[in-house]
Amino acid sequence: MIAVSLQKAKALPLSGKIGLMLVIFWLAIALFGPMLAPYPVGAFVAYDVFDGYSAAHWLGSDYLGRDVLSRLLSGARYTVGLAAAAAMLASATGTALALTAAVGGPRVDEPLSRFMDMLISIPSKIFSLVLVAAFGSSLPLLLLIAAITYVPGNYRIARALAVNLVQMDYVQVAKARGEGRFHIAIAEVLPNMIHPLLADFGLRFVFIVLLLSGLSFLGLGVQPPDADLGSLVRENISGLGEGALAILAPAVAIATLTVGVNLLIDALPGRGKGR
Amino acid sequence: MTDRPHIEVKDLCVTARNAQGETFPIVSGIDFALKRGEVLALIGESGSGKTTIALTLLGHARPGATIAGGSIRVGDAELTRLDRTALAQLRGNRIAYIAQSAAAAFNPSRTIMDQVVEPALIHDLMPRDKAEAKAVELFRALALPFPDTIGARYPHQLSGGQLQRLMAAMALITDPELIILDEPTTALDVTTQIEVLRAFKAVVLERGATAIYVSHDLAVVAQMADQIVVLNQGRIREAGASAQILHSPADDYTRTLMAAARPAMRPTPARAAVPAAPLLEIRGLTAGYGKIDKAGRPRMPVLRDINLTIERGATLGVIGESGSGKSTIARVIAGLLPPASGQVLLDGEPLPPGLAGRSRDQFRRVQLVFQNADTALNPAHSVQQILERPLAFYHGLKGNAAHLRVMELMDLIRLPATLIDRNIGGLSGGQKQRVNLARALAADPQLILCDEVTSALDTVVGAAILDLMAELRRELGIATMFISHDISTVKAICDDILVLYAGTMVETGPRAAFQTAPFHPYTDLLIGSVPEMRAGWLEESHAGRGPPPIGAAGDHPDLCRFLPRCPARVDGLCNITPPPRHPLAKGNRILCHLGAESLCPS
Amino acid sequence: MAGAATFSGMKAALILIGKRFASSLLTLLLVSMTIFVIAQLLPGDAAQEALGQSATAEQVAALRHEMGLDRPAPVRYASWLSGMVSGDPGQSLVANMPVAEVISSRLPNSLLLAALTALIAVPAALAIGIGSAMNRGGRIDRALNITTLSMVAVPEFLVATIAVLLFSVELRWLPSIALVSDEMSWGEYLRGVAMPILTLSVVVIAQMARMTRAAVIDQMDRPYVEMAVLKGVAPVQVVLKHIMPNAIAPIVNAMALSLSYLLGGAVIVETIFNYPGLASLMVNAVTSRDMPLLQACAMIFCAAYLILMLIADVTAILANPRLRAQ
Repeated sequence: MIAVSLQKAKALPLSGKIGLMLVIFWLAIALFGPMLAPYPVGAFVAYDVFDGYSAAHWLGSDYLGRDVLSRLLSGARYTVGLAAAAAMLASATGTALALTAAVGGPRVDEPLSRFMDMLISIPSKIFSLVLVAAFGSSLPLLLLIAAITYVPGNYRIARALAVNLVQMDYVQVAKARGEGRFHIAIAEVLPNMIHPLLADFGLRFVFIVLLLSGLSFLGLGVQPPDADLGSLVRENISGLGEGALAILAPAVAIATLTVGVNLLIDALPGRGKGR
Repeated sequence: MTDRPHIEVKDLCVTARNAQGETFPIVSGIDFALKRGEVLALIGESGSGKTTIALTLLGHARPGATIAGGSIRVGDAELTRLDRTALAQLRGNRIAYIAQSAAAAFNPSRTIMDQVVEPALIHDLMPRDKAEAKAVELFRALALPFPDTIGARYPHQLSGGQLQRLMAAMALITDPELIILDEPTTALDVTTQIEVLRAFKAVVLERGATAIYVSHDLAVVAQMADQIVVLNQGRIREAGASAQILHSPADDYTRTLMAAARPAMRPTPARAAVPAAPLLEIRGLTAGYGKIDKAGRPRMPVLRDINLTIERGATLGVIGESGSGKSTIARVIAGLLPPASGQVLLDGEPLPPGLAGRSRDQFRRVQLVFQNADTALNPAHSVQQILERPLAFYHGLKGNAAHLRVMELMDLIRLPATLIDRNIGGLSGGQKQRVNLARALAADPQLILCDEVTSALDTVVGAAILDLMAELRRELGIATMFISHDISTVKAICDDILVLYAGTMVETGPRAAFQTAPFHPYTDLLIGSVPEMRAGWLEESHAGRGPPPIGAAGDHPDLCRFLPRCPARVDGLCNITPPPRHPLAKGNRILCHLGAESLCPS
Repeated sequence: MAGAATFSGMKAALILIGKRFASSLLTLLLVSMTIFVIAQLLPGDAAQEALGQSATAEQVAALRHEMGLDRPAPVRYASWLSGMVSGDPGQSLVANMPVAEVISSRLPNSLLLAALTALIAVPAALAIGIGSAMNRGGRIDRALNITTLSMVAVPEFLVATIAVLLFSVELRWLPSIALVSDEMSWGEYLRGVAMPILTLSVVVIAQMARMTRAAVIDQMDRPYVEMAVLKGVAPVQVVLKHIMPNAIAPIVNAMALSLSYLLGGAVIVETIFNYPGLASLMVNAVTSRDMPLLQACAMIFCAAYLILMLIADVTAILANPRLRAQ
């Protein structure tokens, strides 16, 4: 299994390998980051605010004199963890609904697709802003909001795939064999959607990272004392004028994460289309 | 100079690059030459490299492939030495191309006229009005309908046969010295093919152009070519004058091809003297799409008033052209499309119309085998998974018992047991079709519905599948409905035959009745359109010469559906009254006004 | 015959466009319901919010009655919707003035920013997308692919930060805050919005260029393109005359999607540069829970999205002879 994965990784083009390394790097940081942090997250440890690089503070200090590296290592966990959970929830829900629509015939498909079409015509940022305004932004709610926002997108892709697959002869054969809808959806249709769905999952993940960081950046996402990477950019925005590392570092961190995922998806064989 | 051949290809080699980045030849060592005005046919199965070679005569290689060596001379131009601009000046000007599927090769967003005159305009050969006048002249010569206005249409408004002829007009607009025809009739129905072949022969070949004709069909080539080159896996197996190749082939592979092209008659097992109740009976079946009216007709009917029976262990051939509704019969029997009216009886018991309400045993007794094994087998599953599912589903077989049965099935379809762990993608076309059959057999069915099971395969592979089916039938006594567009195959292997035209049964009967005339005019056209493997057949055949003039048709819904194309139609009768169904002396029943005496003998 | 075909074809196309328009209207209606319902889920209501925690139950009830909040939800929805349609979406709770006025001070800014960005981004994206597709698999294509791939994944605030560091901190060419006012000359205005436009362009160009490339490449492997090449049509003409008529529908669709982003998605750019646009107004409405304002903003963005998609679909209908001429 590991050997196969290694072989597949070796077959990736250079950009894909870079993407894979970035993704693995950020997964590791999300898992072990806080253990590696040189200072406690909330501690005021530097004499100066917006310090640049130094041996004691690799990424300098923030607007209150806290260690940026330590805050970044713990913020990454929020960003990666929340986005991964939300992307999984969105993909699982969207795909399950899509399969239901595809095997359920027009009576299920029509109203469901109509509803999703309606949701998709609310731009995702606007939709999540309305949801934040209505429900607030605690961590579980943020997760839910991000997931709900991206269910329609995943549904649309998964349904398009599933509806095509349901037309395939092997599904017709399965129907004529007397198979039930559940078997058709799970055993005949789903296995052939895995590759494009994985790519779509990656894309949703990127969208959600950007959405959640954006919300945090606007002060509507993760609330203090917790902080994700977007919050770090926000709290240090006053350092923008002097080009502080404290604002650049978390922004670059988000970019390397999302670009890494994008590079990886793009290099995967048989990737789905997405924006 | 005059002795120099017009076209000369020497030691041509085309290479491609695989996923690992290694280069390998797809065709190599190709030599041939032809004189001005000659037609050379490149013959071979899929993967033989015939299209690749044909395209090199335009200096073109498909993405991923490269013309790696050798020389290609057309007139005084050595194509391997020309740059892109110089090649572009030759293409569509001195060398023209007629693509396999005209429906795909015409730009869907532009009018026909725009595209037909384009070669003349981009090569600055004549002003637009002259080019359009010439195009209309060509349309007329190619026997296209409405030659003056057809150019204003878009590709989707025209039929495949018309588009193929329009593509010929596009090729001829510049009076090219060399024309490449790449399987130009393969995508067409046999009755359309004969019309297009005639138009090609009259207009394309008789203008004195040199031509390369790519085909997999020896009989078609026999009508068109002076020379034949037989290709297999990128190499020439045999080359020579048409008559020599067709009458005394020297190479074994050529002989295999010829043998496979004409299906051998297979003996039918003797029937029980006292016919028991038929296995399958269809009564007054009408099916289609859209709302069903009070009379039981759907808004878009596909099948009208179908009645048929299949005896135990017998084979019924259902034949018709694309769109005739032949596959729909299988879909209705399998329950995938509930009929609008009528009944399907299995063993005398009516089957529920749709999937809902059928018992698992009813499902088991009728199995469906689709044409294209690539799409009929789930690419996510292995051979073993595919074969085990019906065993578990119908017979509750699991574990070792299932494994043993899978092995038996593999043996039955003559596939090595080592393949069972393979994914479908790892099998060849013929192997896939065998697995496709085995899956149906795994259910222990009484009836197999075979929808064009050999038409996606190369002739040699297809013939092997037919042999296998005949054998299985002998051993297992399973009844078959064999749906096909190929009347010679159906005549060779079926006990009974049903001819379908536009959803109506025009002729039914035992196969003996299909060996000699008289036939229903449509059956006659079908049989007469199948090319014979000898030169001169195209000129002698009377098929597809067009119908006699007739007055306006009445508006009775049951008028003869074949009326617009029927060469035997009678004014005042066929266009006014619906035809009756009546028996002919030799044992078949036809849906036609005419009796045996007025149906022209084939 | 041809004339009659064209006439009935145009009629068919008009019917199709009419249906599409009606469907957009219906969607907008459903969207308005969704937004209204979500806004109703807000714990507490505007009366409570306005009076604060210390208010007595009677005071709240009186204000609720005065604001019409004690009427049943469908009635409130109907009156809100009719207000939206007639251009009076209610009173902003925080600004204490009509929502229409608040919005009308911001909307032109947003439209102008979007229009200027589109003016730069659309031609640039078309050039990059088509150029990339024509060079498919080549070095330029791969370089552009990696670049645009990265651009679409980079958060706007990183682009904005780098732009500020470069153009206002290092080079001191441009102001880091986009102050705009009515008294400004066009030159001053353009200098003021240069950085927001630059930031938005980077993201939008990458999105549109990728989709343009995909749309063109999707057509490139079709047999009709090979046929055109084998007719001797020059490569540029193959793209312009043969591929573009077929790729135009997905390209316009991509443009419409990206342009809709320019209105609603500009939230972060507007915030960073303090640009007084509609999106940052909406963020303020979220922070202050000013529901009437929020609902109105959301409806404007959704309507803009639907209008753009409608334009894209009408283009697709007109570009496709299968839909235009039956």
